[in-house]
Amino acid sequence: MSATARKAGFGAALWDYLTTVDHKKIGILYLVAGIFFFILGGLEAMLIRIQLISPNNEFISAQFYNEVLTMHGTTMIFLAAMPLIFALMNAVVPLQIGARDVAFPFVNSLGFWLFFFGGVMLNVSWFVTGAPDAGWTAYAPLSIFSEGHGVDFYAIGLQISGFGTLMGGINFIVTVVNMRAPGMTYMRMPLFTWTAFIASVLILFAFPALTVGLFMLTFDRLFGANFFDPAMGGNAIIWEHLFWIFGHPEVYILILPAFGVFSEVIPTFAKKRLFGYSSMVFATVLIAFLGFMVWAHHMFTVGLGPIANSIFAVATMAIAVPTGIKIFNWLFTLWGGSIRLTSPMVFALGFIPTFTIGGMTGVMLASAAADFQYHDSYFVVAHFHYVIVGGVVLGLFAGIIYWWPKMFGTMLNEKLNHWFFWLFFIGFHLTFFIQHFLGLMGMPRRYWKFLPDQGLDLFNLISTIGAFFMAVGTIVFLYNVIITQVKGVKVSGDPWDARTLEWAIPSPPPFYNFKQEPLVRGLDPLWIEKTEGNGKIQPATPLGDIHMPNNSFVPFMMSLGLFIAGFGVMFQGTYWVLAVIGFGITAGSMLYRSFKDDLGYHVHKEDLEDEKGDGSNG
Amino acid sequence: MADDMLKSDNLPQNPERASLEGRNKFMGFWFFLGGETVLFASLFGTYLALRNSPAEGPTASEIFGLELVFIMTIVLLTSSLTSVYAMYHMKNGDFKKMQLWLGITVALGFTFLGFEIYEFYHYVHGYHFGYTTSAFSSAFYTLVGFHGGHVAFGLAWIISLMIRNAKRGINLYNAPKFYIASLYWHFIDVVWVFIFTVVYLMGKVG
Repeated sequence: MSATARKAGFGAALWDYLTTVDHKKIGILYLVAGIFFFILGGLEAMLIRIQLISPNNEFISAQFYNEVLTMHGTTMIFLAAMPLIFALMNAVVPLQIGARDVAFPFVNSLGFWLFFFGGVMLNVSWFVTGAPDAGWTAYAPLSIFSEGHGVDFYAIGLQISGFGTLMGGINFIVTVVNMRAPGMTYMRMPLFTWTAFIASVLILFAFPALTVGLFMLTFDRLFGANFFDPAMGGNAIIWEHLFWIFGHPEVYILILPAFGVFSEVIPTFAKKRLFGYSSMVFATVLIAFLGFMVWAHHMFTVGLGPIANSIFAVATMAIAVPTGIKIFNWLFTLWGGSIRLTSPMVFALGFIPTFTIGGMTGVMLASAAADFQYHDSYFVVAHFHYVIVGGVVLGLFAGIIYWWPKMFGTMLNEKLNHWFFWLFFIGFHLTFFIQHFLGLMGMPRRYWKFLPDQGLDLFNLISTIGAFFMAVGTIVFLYNVIITQVKGVKVSGDPWDARTLEWAIPSPPPFYNFKQEPLVRGLDPLWIEKTEGNGKIQPATPLGDIHMPNNSFVPFMMSLGLFIAGFGVMFQGTYWVLAVIGFGITAGSMLYRSFKDDLGYHVHKEDLEDEKGDGSNG
Repeated sequence: MADDMLKSDNLPQNPERASLEGRNKFMGFWFFLGGETVLFASLFGTYLALRNSPAEGPTASEIFGLELVFIMTIVLLTSSLTSVYAMYHMKNGDFKKMQLWLGITVALGFTFLGFEIYEFYHYVHGYHFGYTTSAFSSAFYTLVGFHGGHVAFGLAWIISLMIRNAKRGINLYNAPKFYIASLYWHFIDVVWVFIFTVVYLMGKVG
């Protein structure tokens, strides 16, 4: 809890992480959990590709295929990409704005544990009655009539983890609005902070629609409600609307922070200020705004009519404009720069053409009339993997590698990083480029088998081979992580010769981040001090006591309560007792939190003066 | 400084926004209410889509009676006013009067909730209009029930705050808590105005 008592055994370290409210440690928790689920989702992807390696394959059963396919999508979006984005946001945003912590450290911890228990809940389904099997979109009425409890696990697991995401979103909005250091105006914020901020706003306004949809799904399945049952007057299309009113902004929640990462990486390694900073901010906000107006492009074939389809088609195509602005700004940042081909930079350079292809097929899909041909085919699968893997995943890995020294104080092996990139990148294009053509040749998505002699055999084989390349690349990355941490060679606070505030403090930063509040004199504050000052950020305030929040075990208990209650609601009968116990634990924890004063503690300035390692800014 | 947070004398004009924690809570809660707005908007949208799908069950105009709902509306709107009085006294540092007005707010909230339970009971037993009767009934009970659940949560919240702080008065630490609880209460009230219009008035005449 305090500055002393650092060295301790495994038990103490575990307890520290279970109770921590420090954004840097929560970032590490998100990173570990996110990578774990990323591996899980990757294994599911490998099962899919092995099943489709040859026609009429019997590698896995049809039912298991449906479960694997559903869990691959659900895991990758909700349990891998989202937490990895939150990992970077937690690790970086408070440092980039010169804050000592987030606005709500307790809520930050609660957000992580809710996400984590929701993810565990989803995966418990593998061992209890089978996993969800209605696709990651869980369209009604299929999801209503799916047997067993798989879809119940989907609904309740995502509900719990969705609460966590919502809280995380609110936390980062308030952090950015209220906690910026002196001089850090909005238009001096680094692009990653901007995109994290805008993504948080999207989370706030998109997730409640999913919350309502999941409640209805739960009520329909478990309590006999009739929202999606046409026989009782219900309407299955309501689910599609609610899901995509959430689901389309979700796409931008994922991609905007990845854009932010590249907007940090490219200026650092081109040694140039980001080209068109204000147009980048403008494009980010515009993408977020338009992102709420396009959800029905997922529903062109539902039969909403030509007028609705046209409006949504035009709105969708309009998003290509701000996205194009971003692509050109990155290119112009590279133009004339003194480029260093470090691994984050290579990821960024690989991202630009890949994402452009994904954007181009996006515009193709946005043409409502043509979409009737592409719909539910592998063309769609190819498109969204180009934007999600080619955009979000490349962005996340670029960010993880770029900020790894800041998070852990060590440097991943550059040679292995390059190996990882090339294996993953070549494997990716091998897997998915060819799926465009599989789709255009008529192969439908989500099918368990395809028949021989329809011209699909070779392309599917190539696609599966590509998937193995991606798997090997990921193994190289994991190996790199392990040997780097085992060796534990420490690096300086600014190993990349970077431009923004987080690189002005040691790696990893002291728990209070900044000894004195930093004074920000412009965009890229560290670079300004490097070129115009003495290379060190000047303090804005004199050395004083630092107020810190107390650790707490309550977030863990609140989330555990909901996890237990979920099983009670699902299995009912005598299991209702679990719901009583679970909701009791959650409500009791909330009361405890409300009744027990939590005023935090102070680090005294005398202790700070003694502290080695120069936690300050100069 | 930690001790200052718990002192009850010499409070500033706006104690709920005097500390950074208070300002964070104040702003975070406004954003939370933004998310809640989307939540209720989704429920309203669903209700509007399904309100004319009674299947074999009764229709809206058959079951709704505006008299009771009108009284419920008056009760809840008044409770919003009394919570404003409570916040007025909080800003003046008059803890006893704040507790009194919060007590009245809670009493009105319970009255509202009692009427709502009676209303649901009446529908179920008088008209065989249960949760599973039709798509309309599911949408109705879910929308109005979510609101009722929010009222119940708000009551538990305000009562907890009143009990916890009964012996120590207003300070910089608990003032933001009282303040955001009252914000929440106003929000519930606003949602009810829409329920009254969209569900009951449109159900009877629309």
